Amino acid sequence: MASVQEKFTEMTWPSSPEKATLEAKNKFLGFWFFLGGETVLFGSLFATYLALKDKVPDSSHPLAKDLYSMDLTFAATMLLLTSSLTSVYAMYHMKNFNFQRMQAWLLITVLLGAAFLGLEIYEFNHYVHEGHKFTSSAFGSAFYSLVGFHGGHVAFGLLWILSLMVRNAKRGLDLYNAPKFYVASLYWHFIDVVWVFIFTVVYLMGMVG
Amino acid sequence: MENLRPNSANPKADLNYRRKKNAEEMRYQVVSFALMIFLTLIAFAVVHFEGFSHWFVAPFIMLLAVVQVIFQLYYFMHMSHKGHETPQLFLFSGLSVALITVLTFVTITWI
Amino acid sequence: MSTYAHKKGFGATIWDYLTTVDHKKIGILYLMAGGFFFLVGGLEALFIRVQLAVPNNDFVSAGLYNEILTMHGTTMIFLAAMPLIFAFMNAAVPLQIGARDVAFPFLNSLGFWLFFFGGVFLNCSWFLGGAPDAGWTSYASLTMEAHTHGVDFYILGLQISGIGTLIGGINFLVTIVNMRAPGMTYMRMPLFTWSSFVTSALILFAFPALTVGLFLLMFDRLFGANFFDVAAGGNTIIWEHLFWIFGHPEVYILILPAFGIFSEIFATFSRKRLFGYSSMVFATVLIGFLGFMVWAHHMFTVGMGPIANAIFAVATMAIAVPTGIKIFNWLFTMWGGNIKFTTPMLYAVAFIPSFVAGGVTGIMNAVAAADYQYHDSYFVVAHFHYVIVGGVVLALLAGTHYYWPKMFGTLLNETLGKITFWLFLIGFHLTFFIQHFLGLMGMPRRVFTYLPNQGWETGNLISSIGAFFMGIAVIILLINVVMTQVKNVRVGNDPWGDGRSLEWAIPSPPPFYNFKQLPLVRGLDPFWIEKMEGKTEMTPAEPLGDIHMPNPSFLPVTISFGLFVAAFGALYHVDGKDWALPVLFVGMGITLISMLLRSVKDDHGFHIHKEDFENEDKGGRA
Repeated sequence: MASVQEKFTEMTWPSSPEKATLEAKNKFLGFWFFLGGETVLFGSLFATYLALKDKVPDSSHPLAKDLYSMDLTFAATMLLLTSSLTSVYAMYHMKNFNFQRMQAWLLITVLLGAAFLGLEIYEFNHYVHEGHKFTSSAFGSAFYSLVGFHGGHVAFGLLWILSLMVRNAKRGLDLYNAPKFYVASLYWHFIDVVWVFIFTVVYLMGMVG
Repeated sequence: MENLRPNSANPKADLNYRRKKNAEEMRYQVVSFALMIFLTLIAFAVVHFEGFSHWFVAPFIMLLAVVQVIFQLYYFMHMSHKGHETPQLFLFSGLSVALITVLTFVTITWI
Repeated sequence: MSTYAHKKGFGATIWDYLTTVDHKKIGILYLMAGGFFFLVGGLEALFIRVQLAVPNNDFVSAGLYNEILTMHGTTMIFLAAMPLIFAFMNAAVPLQIGARDVAFPFLNSLGFWLFFFGGVFLNCSWFLGGAPDAGWTSYASLTMEAHTHGVDFYILGLQISGIGTLIGGINFLVTIVNMRAPGMTYMRMPLFTWSSFVTSALILFAFPALTVGLFLLMFDRLFGANFFDVAAGGNTIIWEHLFWIFGHPEVYILILPAFGIFSEIFATFSRKRLFGYSSMVFATVLIGFLGFMVWAHHMFTVGMGPIANAIFAVATMAIAVPTGIKIFNWLFTMWGGNIKFTTPMLYAVAFIPSFVAGGVTGIMNAVAAADYQYHDSYFVVAHFHYVIVGGVVLALLAGTHYYWPKMFGTLLNETLGKITFWLFLIGFHLTFFIQHFLGLMGMPRRVFTYLPNQGWETGNLISSIGAFFMGIAVIILLINVVMTQVKNVRVGNDPWGDGRSLEWAIPSPPPFYNFKQLPLVRGLDPFWIEKMEGKTEMTPAEPLGDIHMPNPSFLPVTISFGLFVAAFGALYHVDGKDWALPVLFVGMGITLISMLLRSVKDDHGFHIHKEDFENEDKGGRA
């Protein structure tokens, strides 16, 4: 019986470490189920946003087409899409049992994610100055809830990946932490999936009117 | 739990084979990334170029988003690989519930 | 290594339960906590019936009545029925599929403690300025007008316990997919496992909608958002949709495991294979699927328009088809069987006509045009109590008697059990049958009193008398439990004598590792198959070997307790209390540090070595 603490070399490293033990298989499947639930969560938030889009108390409040800027959204989108690719690279090196490279790519992922978060904070701050606040209208509440929930997911993902990196910096890869890295990268891709819909439904469609 | 370790007689050959397979897959990933960026560019361009009708732009960029998400799910998240049947079932079930919710909120919420 | 060999002190037992990750003990925790909240909710029901027994009664004030009514519904659904169902899922599902534990033992425990602290938080409202009073549905148009903290207790309490339920759902899904014993294919799983599987999937997809709804309500009430403030562009219908997108599947989350329990009982005590097993599975899945398509039938009178009403009406009626399949399958299981009328079987037999009555009134309610008449009347109250008490509660009582020996190793007294059954059944029909007619005579639901001379006096009095029958029945059940545990007559593996599935092939209660060797499953009703070949045990599927088990942990309690503390901070933050924000941070700190501890500390579990088993067989077992 293989133990999760066993030391591996690149020769003995299994080809699918994310599913090599029963614990790993459970984690893998449970996380996918969780993502199924998250889909409904974001679906409900999108639905609420669409129902409340441009619903403001009076005409002094800015509407979607007055607010959103294409440059900012484009930059944020590129950052997050690229971070999705870098986490794929990290998992590529994980499968090849190259711990150092995996850590390096994860670090790049985290930096890109942090840059995305910085842009989002800048954007929110900008909107607040334009009079588009969480408490100013139903539109504001719905916008900040949807985009803020996504931003919260990004922030949590950053903390998660960072703590995994720090935690395992000295231990290297084994069958106990490989599934954790894999699942964290799934989470990161899922955040990207949600963002694809956010930039399309919220920003681009908002600009079209 | 048993370990799914390859039982090839020559571990070196096995390793080389796996390396090659992983590298090949990584190439597909990069290609799909390029396609995703391309689709994103089109979406932004269509909105940026203000000549198109709203009735064309909205469904068109939605379609681009769906295609892009399929790339994310099937390549980046490996849903095209074997052993992802149950994840697919549950992800798409979640997606259906989400879609019905969205449909409801844009049709029968304001009366 | 044997668990039954040594007696432990009281403190050690408490600590054992606080830290346990064993699904059987977590099942007992769910049973105790759910049972406690069932008594609380029952007491609230009795207060309601005392108040309504005669016209113009002043037993409770109008405001207090609203609180009692809200808490009765909320407690019964979220804090009694759900956890009791989880109790049986924990007790039976891993055993039925031949697993040594659930997929995520730590999360299993976390799910329980989140539910528990959420429930305690909700009930703290009684002592801190008043309970929620906007009905268990807490429609936004009412909650926005609520001026006490009651509704905030509802929001935060349900949010915490809801996370626990979601975790529990994912845990059982993975357990059933990944941990089945060799030979246990999907189409050999007992029906209770199947219904638990579908229920868990419904939990996974329904609870996020509630989570979002509760978040929106919380943002509006505590953080100044405007989702439901019409003057700021908001819309209260959003809450109604989100609540029922969760709330309707929730009804099936409750009833499907009830169907599962009854399916086990019918097959066991008819001593026959369940009739139409594959159609039962199909019907279960179909009910789960349709459960997501019908939520707006709770909203026919909102004014969604004739097209929406028609679609949801037809979808609702469609659910009668798979439910009908099930009813006929149960009848055919009994037909020609060698029936033994034990207490669980009595409940099962009584369930069929009771539940069918509730189903038929459901179809009546589904007729959108007619629903305008029934809406918000006692007819609706009668309908949902017929399905929930006549379906879910009868199943929970039946399950308590049926699984008691497997959970505790003792058999509840059959005579007392039958007395409980008859009192409860008679009381149930006395209480709720008459309410159909009260509703048709025009009595609205959720009123705290009514005037005389409208023809409602006799009906309400009969209804209140019935409620006390149910109360007495529950007291007798409690006496039965105490007597049985004091006498402590131990039973063997298969106390009913006719067990069909794997749980009856191992000791009662099972050792903490469940199966020394994983069993080989050779068909549906695996234990029955072995018995028919004259064997008394399952054929093992593996040689005796080391068994890997998870370590106990206290962290689930601290994680949940942190959220419990933080919720108080969030709740009093709106009052501008100085201590509110620090309390919020301290609570979140406790939770986050506990989570960090969990991720930083390696937890590889431990092994039971096969030598220990060999020593035990040589006479270690007392």
